[in-house]
Amino acid sequence: MARPKLAEFTSANHPVRRIRRIKELLIEAVLFAAAASSVFVTLGIVYILVSESLPFFAHVSFTEFLTEREWTPLFAEPKYGILPLLCGTFLTTVIALLLAIPLGTIIATYLSEYANARAREILKPILELLAAVPTVVYGYFALLFVTPLLQKIMPNLPGFNVLAAGLVIGVMIIPYVSSLTEDAMRAVPGYLREASYAVGASRMQTAFRVVIPAAFSGISSAYILGISRALGETMVVAIAAGMQPNLTLNPTEPAATITAFIVQVSLGDLPHGSVGYQSIYVAGLTLLILTLTFNVIGFALRKRFREVY
Amino acid sequence: MVKAEVKNLNFSYGEKQVLKNVSMPIYDNKITALIGPSGCGKTTLLRCFNRMHDLYKGAKYDGQILLHPDEVNILARDIDPMEVRMRIGMVFQKPNPFPKSIYENVVYGLKVRGIKRRSFLQERCEQSLQAAGLWGEVKDRLNSGAQMLSGGQQQRLCIARALAVEPELLLLDEPTSALDPISTSHIEDLIVDLKKTVTIVIVTHNLHQAARVSDRTAFMYLGDLIEFDETSKMFTTPSDKRTENYITGRFG
Ligand SMILES: Nc1ncnc2c1ncn2[C@@H]1O[C@H](COP(=O)(O)OP(=O)(O)OP(=O)(O)O)[C@@H](O)[C@H]1O
Ligand SMILES: [Mg+2]
Repeated sequence: MARPKLAEFTSANHPVRRIRRIKELLIEAVLFAAAASSVFVTLGIVYILVSESLPFFAHVSFTEFLTEREWTPLFAEPKYGILPLLCGTFLTTVIALLLAIPLGTIIATYLSEYANARAREILKPILELLAAVPTVVYGYFALLFVTPLLQKIMPNLPGFNVLAAGLVIGVMIIPYVSSLTEDAMRAVPGYLREASYAVGASRMQTAFRVVIPAAFSGISSAYILGISRALGETMVVAIAAGMQPNLTLNPTEPAATITAFIVQVSLGDLPHGSVGYQSIYVAGLTLLILTLTFNVIGFALRKRFREVY
Repeated sequence: MVKAEVKNLNFSYGEKQVLKNVSMPIYDNKITALIGPSGCGKTTLLRCFNRMHDLYKGAKYDGQILLHPDEVNILARDIDPMEVRMRIGMVFQKPNPFPKSIYENVVYGLKVRGIKRRSFLQERCEQSLQAAGLWGEVKDRLNSGAQMLSGGQQQRLCIARALAVEPELLLLDEPTSALDPISTSHIEDLIVDLKKTVTIVIVTHNLHQAARVSDRTAFMYLGDLIEFDETSKMFTTPSDKRTENYITGRFG
């Protein structure tokens, strides 16, 4: 068989080249559609949340929503103040982060700067397992194990409380924080570590004074992801914190978070279109705005602290 | 006066032997140049002095490097590498300032030693930058990022960082190979100036540089120390054929 000449293929109208062009266009279209679908889903969610929330604010004034100190949409005389739910969300998140950020950072530092290959091989799958446990299990772990344990120290602790829920969420998000933090630290080039060791620094000084600051942009992403996870966590709080909207900053009391309220109410049978029904969407929108805010902060931090090595 | 003495040093990465029974003196307040073709083990030898190999697995070495005046064998297992690095500074081939301010870069070694007094740190920062010939260019922007400096300035900053802790011995691994000719001659002048206060070992591929700045030269080939002599003698009347071939550009 005579081999075709290269010159034939180089002609722009050669069938092989035409097919190749069409293939390229097709692939590009498919990839674009895949990327665009995520944008459409997001836009769709925002659209539904906003359109269902608007009628709510026809019944409830914005000031009431923000200043009323009770949240009782299902009572005969309903009150619609988001503060108790925000308080519960804020409290569980802070408790979770107080546990997860220091611990996650320490674990990441150990894995990235101290552990040898063997220790890493053993520890990392265990950590990942922590992230694979279903959240329902964590919920009952908080209710049936952590709370009784805490009651040994604090005999007056009620069976449902924010503290146990927050702590367990903290444990739950440790792997998210530690694994992203470790990635960020390992991405710091070796020559910066060598520069530090060369002037006589210890391993700990190198880790805390050079590697962590140099990885700060990546580490802030890890923290933001942790915050988002904690804000959005539902099961643990729904099971262990008591589902009672409660305007308090005392972690030893029961409370409800935005997410816990949403599951609680959506499991009931509220008439479609009622204010109670709409309140779910308003709560959802509030949560979305919160999470979005943290993501924007995270984005700004990453930009501000992006290191050029 | 001898500052340090390498004695029967063998080194291997895993199974691969890279330094073979190397012995040589390092003279006090002199500049010793290590030359030789690529891969002959210059960097490996240099990094033995500050125990940099201890950071990685698979490096095996035996022999001694005695550091005077106390004659401590810095390669001994019971000597803490951190203690060694407190006395022996290093500047790397590629400038590697920390992503911190110029000031923080210079005083890093002092802070690591627990020194906190601000007036002392500032004074030392100025002295070191003066010694590294960088003070005039950066004195108005000590708090701006080190990454803003040019490559040559960054390398002088790294020299200042090493000098700030007053090392007894300064190791330089091809400190000018990433720099333009002007920055290079700047740093060469600086190195010659520095030998008043510190003993220097410099690895270089630039034979003119070795001839210009060093007092002694060691020629290495495939892990062996072939010849060690006064630089002027080495470059005019080398005693080994391989040395002669190398410095006349016949291989390498
Ligand atoms: N980390 C390492 N693991 C295994 N082998 C190595 C390692 N580093 C260097 N080597 C090998 O050891 C030998 C000596 O390397 P070294 O870096 O000391 O050479 P050099 O004289 O500094 O060369 P150059 O002039 O190119 O910098 C080389 O053959 C190199 O391949
Ligand atoms: Mg080298």
